[in-house]
Amino acid sequence: MLRLKKLVKTYKTGDQALKSIDLDVPKGQVLALIGPSGAGKSTMIRCINRLVEPTSGEILLDDVDLSKLGSGALRKARREMGMIFQEYALVERLTVMENVLSGRLGYVGFWRSFLRKYPQSDVDEAFRLLDRVGLLHMADKRADELSGGQRQRVGICRALIQNPKLLLVDEPTASLDPKTSRQIMRLITELCQERGLAAIINIHDVALAQMFVPRVVGLRFGEIVYDGLPTGLTPDKLTEIYGEEDWEATIEKVDDEDEIEAAE
Amino acid sequence: MPVLERNGGHEWRRRTTGESLIRWFGWLIGVAVFVVCWQRISEATTWFFVWDAPRIADDIWSRATPPRWEYITQLGRPIWDTINIATLGTIIALFLAVPVSFLAARNTTPSALFIRPIALLIIVSTRSINSLIWALLLIAIIGPGVFAGVIAIAIRSIGFCAKLLYEAIEEIDQSQVEAITATGASRWQVMAYGIVPQIMPAFAGIAVFRWDINIRESTVLGLVGAGGIGLQLSASLNVLAWPQVSLILLVILAAVVISEWVSAKVRGAII
Repeated sequence: MLRLKKLVKTYKTGDQALKSIDLDVPKGQVLALIGPSGAGKSTMIRCINRLVEPTSGEILLDDVDLSKLGSGALRKARREMGMIFQEYALVERLTVMENVLSGRLGYVGFWRSFLRKYPQSDVDEAFRLLDRVGLLHMADKRADELSGGQRQRVGICRALIQNPKLLLVDEPTASLDPKTSRQIMRLITELCQERGLAAIINIHDVALAQMFVPRVVGLRFGEIVYDGLPTGLTPDKLTEIYGEEDWEATIEKVDDEDEIEAAE
Repeated sequence: MPVLERNGGHEWRRRTTGESLIRWFGWLIGVAVFVVCWQRISEATTWFFVWDAPRIADDIWSRATPPRWEYITQLGRPIWDTINIATLGTIIALFLAVPVSFLAARNTTPSALFIRPIALLIIVSTRSINSLIWALLLIAIIGPGVFAGVIAIAIRSIGFCAKLLYEAIEEIDQSQVEAITATGASRWQVMAYGIVPQIMPAFAGIAVFRWDINIRESTVLGLVGAGGIGLQLSASLNVLAWPQVSLILLVILAAVVISEWVSAKVRGAII
């Protein structure tokens, strides 16, 4: 469904963030993108919906090359891709409901959105989604009154109300505690399954990635150095992605946590 | 911050000896310049008038007290004009400052090369000329009266409001803008959802702050004929009616205190 062909991003400073990335994401597949800071994970996700302009290469979403779209067509294409952010990126001074409904901005005209006159079907869907993530009672609260986990749930609702085919998820758990991180990852993967959504999840917590996703892609210096099952991430592979370190502890920890989860 | 190695240990001092000497030399020059200037000013001053000052001040004080309280009946209208000049001027300035600030902010300007310099020029030029001078110019163009005062206050305030507002726009959290853009929102929607909510507190603060300043500025506009209580002030000064002058000063003081109280309340309520 999503295909990246020879995607290159070179920043003005001359830094090559992405060096000819080829990646194929089939419909409904959730994959985790791991790699050290500065490997180009964020850049890659932002190139897909062109928050960052790629330097060259093709981004095919259902055979439409996103990299060549004009601004109007790009807006239409962006509606198909929901994005979830590390620091939630909610509009802090708007209510939860307004934040969720802002996911429909690509579908409604300026004045309707300005006057908050969204179609009833959108409002119904917003309530359904808030109920699904357990925040129905918070609909009228201002976004800055919420806790981190709650904000990220609102962020998820905002992405889903776009009715996307693909979720672009940028470090969804980096600002959250371990328990909330798991809940959020579980919620994202469950929702993707329910709706048959594909997702690319940037994550630097390897153990968390291994717990929740069926496919892991490792990025190093803008190149894909691993693409496969989470169980294939041996210490050697992790060394290749991140550099020399004692990886045995990380991988064992995963098993321990799984046992704890199972025991609960 | 020099770190010196001495006797095998590290020694740290704020400045090296050379830097200290340069600073002392700088202070020396500063003091010398001050003394020379003081002498020059002293030569150009007619000290007789200065020594005379306490006596004259005392004389004016005795003439000005008590204020002529019954004159207050004639001040209601002028102070109302003054407040109107400030309020209308501020509102007009805000309407004009908002587009200018969006054109001037680095992250929202359509063209950093052509439009931004023009917007910055508008900000600098309106800010750098005092409202009294704007009033003088405008009186020559549109004639004396309240309207000239309103326009003078408005022009003077555009630059001030636009500058503070564009700084607020440049300081917004860009990730919220990114998030709204990623939903497929149009340029105007990104502005209404991603930017405007973030700058609302700053906007409200700037509006009441400028209104508060404008109340004070508009009290003097009458001195040059642009309406308001300044007109009464200059008339009273011209005929040496000191009891009226003191009453006018009291009224101005009261207006400024009230405006400051109102703006503090409004700011507290919004932010």
